[in-house]
Order: sequence, then C-alpha cells, then structure tokens
Amino acid sequence: MEEALTPKQLLDMYYYMKLTRLVEERLQRLYRQGKIVGGLYRSLGQEGESVASAYALEEGDFLAVMIRNLGALFVRGVRPWEIFTQYMGKGTSPTRGKDNIVHFGSVERGLIPPISHLGDLIPVMAGIALASKMQRKRSVALTYIGDGGTSTGAFHEGLNFAAVLKLPLIVIAEDNGYAYSTPKHKQMAIENIADRAIGYGIFGETVDGNDVIAVYQATRRAIRRAREGLGPTLLEVKTFRMRGHAEHDDAWYVPRELLEYWQKRDPILRLETYLKEHGLADETTFEEITHRIEQEIEADLRYAEESPMPDPQIALEGVYAESPSVSESPSISRESEVKARS
Amino acid sequence: MPVLTYLEAIRQGLWEEMERDERVFLLGEDIGVYGGAFKVTEGFLERFGEERVIDTPISEAAIVGAAIGAALVGLRPVAEMQFIDFISIAFDQLTNFAAKCRYRWGAAVPIVVRGPCGGGVHGGPFHSQNVEAYFFHTPGLKIVEPATPYDAKGLIKAAIRDDDPVLYFEHKYLYRRIRGEVPEGDYIVPIGKADVKRPGRDVTILTYGWMLHKSLEAAEIIASEGIEVEVVDLRTLLPLDDETILSSVAKTGRAVIVHEDTRTGGIAGEIAMRINERIFEYLEAPVVRVTAPDTPIPFSPPLEEFFLPQVEEIVQAVRWVANY
Repeated sequence: MEEALTPKQLLDMYYYMKLTRLVEERLQRLYRQGKIVGGLYRSLGQEGESVASAYALEEGDFLAVMIRNLGALFVRGVRPWEIFTQYMGKGTSPTRGKDNIVHFGSVERGLIPPISHLGDLIPVMAGIALASKMQRKRSVALTYIGDGGTSTGAFHEGLNFAAVLKLPLIVIAEDNGYAYSTPKHKQMAIENIADRAIGYGIFGETVDGNDVIAVYQATRRAIRRAREGLGPTLLEVKTFRMRGHAEHDDAWYVPRELLEYWQKRDPILRLETYLKEHGLADETTFEEITHRIEQEIEADLRYAEESPMPDPQIALEGVYAESPSVSESPSISRESEVKARS
Repeated sequence: MPVLTYLEAIRQGLWEEMERDERVFLLGEDIGVYGGAFKVTEGFLERFGEERVIDTPISEAAIVGAAIGAALVGLRPVAEMQFIDFISIAFDQLTNFAAKCRYRWGAAVPIVVRGPCGGGVHGGPFHSQNVEAYFFHTPGLKIVEPATPYDAKGLIKAAIRDDDPVLYFEHKYLYRRIRGEVPEGDYIVPIGKADVKRPGRDVTILTYGWMLHKSLEAAEIIASEGIEVEVVDLRTLLPLDDETILSSVAKTGRAVIVHEDTRTGGIAGEIAMRINERIFEYLEAPVVRVTAPDTPIPFSPPLEEFFLPQVEEIVQAVRWVANY
C-alpha cells in the first residue's frame, strides 16, 4: 500500500529541497569570497533523495547523514546558521569550531554525525537500531552511503550484522555516478547496489532518486518493515552528482552528456512540474517560498558572519568526561612537579 | 576473603555489573552459547538471556561500531575481542569514531572493549600481541590492564561505569595461573591510579600486566643483594598516573620500566620522557627499559621465551641502575 502525500507535505519537501539548494548556492559564493574555511561539498542534483528519505522519518527516529545529505538535516530541524557557522569555523557553531561541514549532531535531536571514513556509520547505526530493539522502542535508524562507500569493509560488516540480528536499520545507497573521480563501474561489478541485499538476506529496492515521491514511499515501506521487526533495508536511489567532489574539483572527467541528461531530471524542477500539473502550486507559490528562504538565509548568515571565532583554549576541552591531568613540560607548568617533590 | 583466579575475578565483576545495571550487555564472538573462547562469559547466557549476551558474526568493526551506537543512546555495552589481536579490525571505530565523539560533538561513548592479550602460551604472531601502543597515542581513549584478581574485578567495574571508551586488556597467561583474594560484592579500582605493589627505597620498577609478576620476582631476588626495589603496577596505561610514577622515581632516583610490548614506540618511552621533563634533577642514573625486542612475537617455545622479557633481564637492569 502506497502512502499518499498531502499537498502540504509535498510543499514541505519542496521547501527543504529549495532551502538546501539556496544555502549551498550561498555557501558557494562565500567559498569564492574566501569566507569559509576548507572545502565545500555540494549536493546539487541530490537534494530530492536526501529530503524525501529524511521526511519519511518520525519523531524518535535516528538519522546519520553523509556529506551530500544537507537536505536531510534541514528536514530534521537543523537551521542554516548551524551550517554557516560550521563552514566558517565559528565559536558559535554546533561543534564550537572543532569539526566542520555537516559533522555535527546530538543524540537528543536524533542526529548522529558522520566521520570521514566511509562505511563506519553503518555499524554505529546498527548499534542504535539494536538499542532501540532492546529497549522496545519504535525508533528506526537511517543512514546513507555513496556508491563508492559500499566498497568498504564497514559497509559489509554493518549490513550483515544488522541482517543477522534483524535490526530496524535503513541504509540509503546513493548511486550518484561518481566517487570523487571514480565512476561506479570501477567501484563494483554490478549495475544495481540494491542487488547486494539478496546476499545479506534483507530487503532491497532501487528507486529513481530524483523522484521525491518515489523515494518517500520506498523509505516509508522500509521504515514500516523495520518497525514490524522485519529487519533492515538496503534502498538504492539513482541520482547524479552535478558538481565535482568538492568545489575545487571541476569534474572534467564527467561526460557533458551525462550532466545534460540529469539536468533535465533535476529533482526540484520535477517536483515543480508535478505540483503545477496537479494544480497544487503555481509560479507564485514557488516565488513566495523562495523569498521566504532568502530572508531566512540572510538573517542566519548575518548571525554567522557576526559570530566570533572560537577561543583557542577550547581546543583543549572535551577529550574526556573529566579533565585528566595533562602531562606538561616544565616551561609550561611546574605545578605537578612541586607536588611530586613534596 | 574468597580466593579467585584472575579470570574468575573478571567474570565476577562482569556478572555483578550486569546484575546491578540492566543497561549493561555483552556482545562478541562465541560469548553466549559457547561461553567465550576462554570461558570468561560462561553461564551468562543462561542467566541474562540472549538479548544481553549477544553472539555476533565475525565482524570486529561491526561489534565495536554497534557498541558505540548502543552507547550513544544510553546503553553500556561490553564488547569482547576473542583475542585482543583482532582489535585491529575495529581500529577505525575506536580511534576515529569512539575516541572523537565527545571532543567533536559532546557525545559520551561509554563502551568497554575487552579481550585477552599477551604471550606466554605459544599463540604465535596473531594470538599473543600486546596492542596498547596503537591506542595509547589516541586522545579520548582510556586503557587499563590489571595484573591481579583484585584489580581485575575492580577495574572491569570501573571501566563499565566510566563515561568514556575504555579498552580493558586481560593477560591470558594470568587467566588461570594467578589467584588472589577478591572481596565479595561491590568495589571499584579507580581508572587512572597506579598501585605500589612492593615498597622500596632504592630503585623503582614501573610495569603492568604479566610483567608485574616477573618484576616482583626480580625484586625478591635482588633484595638478597641489599637493593630494595619499589614495584609500581601502572594498572591504567591511559591516562598515566603521573603522581604515583613521579613521586616514586623522585624518591628512589632510579627507574626501570618493564613491558612485554615491543620496544620502539612502547609506553616506556613516554614514561621516561615524563620523568626527564619533570624530575630530571632527582635522577641518580639513566632511566632504562626492559621490553620485548622489535620483532613480531614468534610461535615456537624457545623463540617466544627469547622474545619475552625474563626475570634475569629485569634483575640485571635493576643492578645496573643501582650501581650506576
């Protein structure tokens, strides 16, 4: 049974997709102006699958994103100022400048941040799903992996572990064509990542990742199975990375025709067409939403730009629950030495 | 007071923690039905059920990763590595995930990863290693290695209750060979506290694990020569107990560091540096170390015996610094 989306839900998703795109466009400008620290990883062309899959979650569920899932974070309550401050390394950022990009989260918000090592989130999210099962909770755990990331050992270990223990885990495998410069056929000898589900004895499905309704419905099916105790799902979304790995990379290795093919299938354009064809929205609606987003972005960006950089001393904080005595050289502190002599 | 083996003390500590706190659960290979390769968790499945004693696939990265996930949402997992050598497969989960969560985003990861370490049982290159140095260099982790039944029980309890990730290394040579008095019921041995196992005024030996017992033997031998050795059992390797280490060495002015792990990049180097930086003026002799050589740990008994630090080497090192 398909779960129909209400017009409000469709417009909600439209808002989050557009928010993602406009925040990233703003980040791109900031990047070129030298106002952000480090690289910029865009999700252009992939906003649909990130938003729709996260939109299928409910309160109490856990989400762990990878670098191209900014839209999923917005759906789960993250605001643009958090992204801007993260990219700028500000003291007001969610990690107080300790980590960058989408590498932040909180258990209370149900957001588990990634590390850069691909695949490692899958065992961790399996553990969250395990805890949910042990504690008799309804919560499911959802995370993402790119086509390249599926080549890792952690991907295999995590999925197999979750399969054997029948854990409420949903892994969205994003086939976006390239892992940095490496095309998918150099990553795996199969066409569809979801085919691997058979090998794990779990549910697998491949959907058009730029069709938000299809992604939403497939994710809902996976979540329903997970809540019913039927175990994990490997849900593959076919999409395309419309920019380089990061903004320093012009993706010269991607054939023009591929970009043109996917440009026509842009998830935002497709949802706009759908909404118009079904009489659910018109150009004015889109303009109003865009205008609202621009205002939100302006206010959040101002806050981020006016925010101070972190106090350097923060670099020493938070390694352990309680601060252990740091072994220092005599030139820095002789306090402990005095203690040792006494 | 009851006398238990080192292994029984670990088992009792784990058992009591599982009785005390329903958030504590175990996961690992062959730990449930089979009771663990060394039988540390024998009887746990029958008492606590398969939800809290989970037999897993052979997937160390998944075992530790899943422990991290469960810990993030409030549980207290204890993951077993069947042999601590296999912890290398979970290296990424430990050093990049668990160790950095609190620092990056303020999240507690109260996991314990425990397993049998060390040589002496002819386990060969992949069932005999000491892996502390790989993790000693990772801020955010804690490392403990008990040498006595009393400390084994007290430290497993402290590790489970700790709010940071703790690696708990249990020496397989000691499992059934070392017995000692272990109080019934609850007590902990605090993490971060070394223990003077033998007081003395002339030379300090700093050591841990199996080497504590060899060092105590050496101290006994050398006492007949009129040299009184103080033997400090580090118990916690990360964070090191600077106060106990430095006050003992400041008192004796002579230090020998003994570890079973190989030499280069071993913990002895760091300890020697701290002594050098902080109490150099108190030293009467150079700090020396007795360690395994920089080779893999070999299999055949004569090779393994040659590889492992022996009592006689410790005696000679102590004599050398005493007469410097």
